Amino acid sequence: MIALLARDLRLALRSGGGFGLGLAFFLLVAVLVPLGVGPEPATLARIAPGILWVAALLACLLSLDRIFALDHEDGSLDLLATAPIPLEGVAVTKALAHWLTTGLPLTLAAPLLGLLLNLPPQGYLWLVVALALGTPALSVIGTFGAALTVGIRRGGLLLSLLVLPLYIPTLVFGAEAAKRGAEGLSPATPLLLLAGITAGAAALLPFATAQALRVNLR
Amino acid sequence: MIAALGKYAGAVLWSYAASIALILALVGLSLWRAAKVRRALQAVENRQARDE
Amino acid sequence: MSLWEYANPKKFMQASGLVLPWVTGLATLLLIIGLIWGFFFTPEAVNFGSSVKIIYLHVPAALMAINAWLMMLVASLIWLVRRHHVSALAARAAAPVGVTMTLIALVTGAIWGQPMWGTWWAWDPRLTSFLILFLFYLGYIALWQAIEDPDTAADLTSILCLVGSVFAILSRYAVNFWNQGLHQGASLSLDKETNVADVYYLPLLVCIAGFVLLFLSLVLLRTRTEIRARRLQALLARERAA
Repeated sequence: MIALLARDLRLALRSGGGFGLGLAFFLLVAVLVPLGVGPEPATLARIAPGILWVAALLACLLSLDRIFALDHEDGSLDLLATAPIPLEGVAVTKALAHWLTTGLPLTLAAPLLGLLLNLPPQGYLWLVVALALGTPALSVIGTFGAALTVGIRRGGLLLSLLVLPLYIPTLVFGAEAAKRGAEGLSPATPLLLLAGITAGAAALLPFATAQALRVNLR
Repeated sequence: MIAALGKYAGAVLWSYAASIALILALVGLSLWRAAKVRRALQAVENRQARDE
Repeated sequence: MSLWEYANPKKFMQASGLVLPWVTGLATLLLIIGLIWGFFFTPEAVNFGSSVKIIYLHVPAALMAINAWLMMLVASLIWLVRRHHVSALAARAAAPVGVTMTLIALVTGAIWGQPMWGTWWAWDPRLTSFLILFLFYLGYIALWQAIEDPDTAADLTSILCLVGSVFAILSRYAVNFWNQGLHQGASLSLDKETNVADVYYLPLLVCIAGFVLLFLSLVLLRTRTEIRARRLQALLARERAA
């Protein structure tokens, strides 16, 4: 599993792959929103947590179809299916690699973009915490969606259609936690619920992902 | 009858019209596809029966 | 293709062929009675005026929108566990009916909300959950249409339906948490003393029964179509192979 993880990370970093793209997209959204809604600091401060969450979610979405597509094309997915590690393990590893290359950088970059969007000072910590807790769920759910659509040519759009509704609970709790943090309220409840979703998704969804992969490799 | 609907006449009539239109569209589509598939299947079955 | 694969659909075709005209007839009858009763012969409500008449479409459609998803969930489970082809095809057949019901509930709700709340749309938990349900239906249908091989499609959509159900319920609670709403609570429930008055209740029950039967008849019809389409594909494939 560690070898697979290292391989995926290397591939993501080397081949000009999704690594920088997601971050650039995240930055672009953070630049476009003030241009769209106007530069008033108060307005920006109010919508900043929500915008950052939506932007992070869309940035995650961008690189999802790469999770299995390349491996499916060159046949290494079939090899992985016959490898000694169970397919569930492959699913977890893939999700982890995706998170390390997308979710984690997004989380780390978020405070910088918060600056651009005039996020109130007390909001930074909770924004980062909420993203750190929530983005793993985005990766796990996204891996499931990628497994469903791996056999479909040009499945990218379909993948978004399938995955976005599944992202709703994560988005609601994550953005709510970040918002409450920015307003100086206690973000404990949404954070706990967010952590619950991440834990539940990480524990259960890999089984569904593996099942979907088996069906697609049949 | 319609005059008795009062100031909400528009809302009531529109929602009935929209719903009935949607239901009829669904029924129509289902029937159309049912007929199309049945005809196609019939044609293939007849052809294969003749060949055998 | 084994004999078993034909056996069950064949039985289903026979049985459903017998039942379908009756169900369809009864559904049409009940819908006509219920809607005419509701539209012409119910008094105006104190707070709602004549707009209360929308309830005869809004509530049954909303109920069926949720029940259709439940039926798809059960059918998907049967397919995953027992591998009955009819079950998978029934789930596929139900989805467009469910999406239409969701759409009716949303549209009548918007038209009703305009005079009542002064807005077509509000980000109220119930409205939002229905919109989310609509998105789930769209994804499900899109996945069915994207995959060529019917068994793979059945498997993957079933998995999506199971996972989607869990997330749909999660979304429902998330949305509740996110915003308290304008929408009144459920006005029909068995354990409450104060349901809507009988004048509205009886035609509403007739309409609900009519919608249930309409759903049943459409699903039967569409499932029969899907079975025929499968058989057609199988025959054509055999023809090509020969």
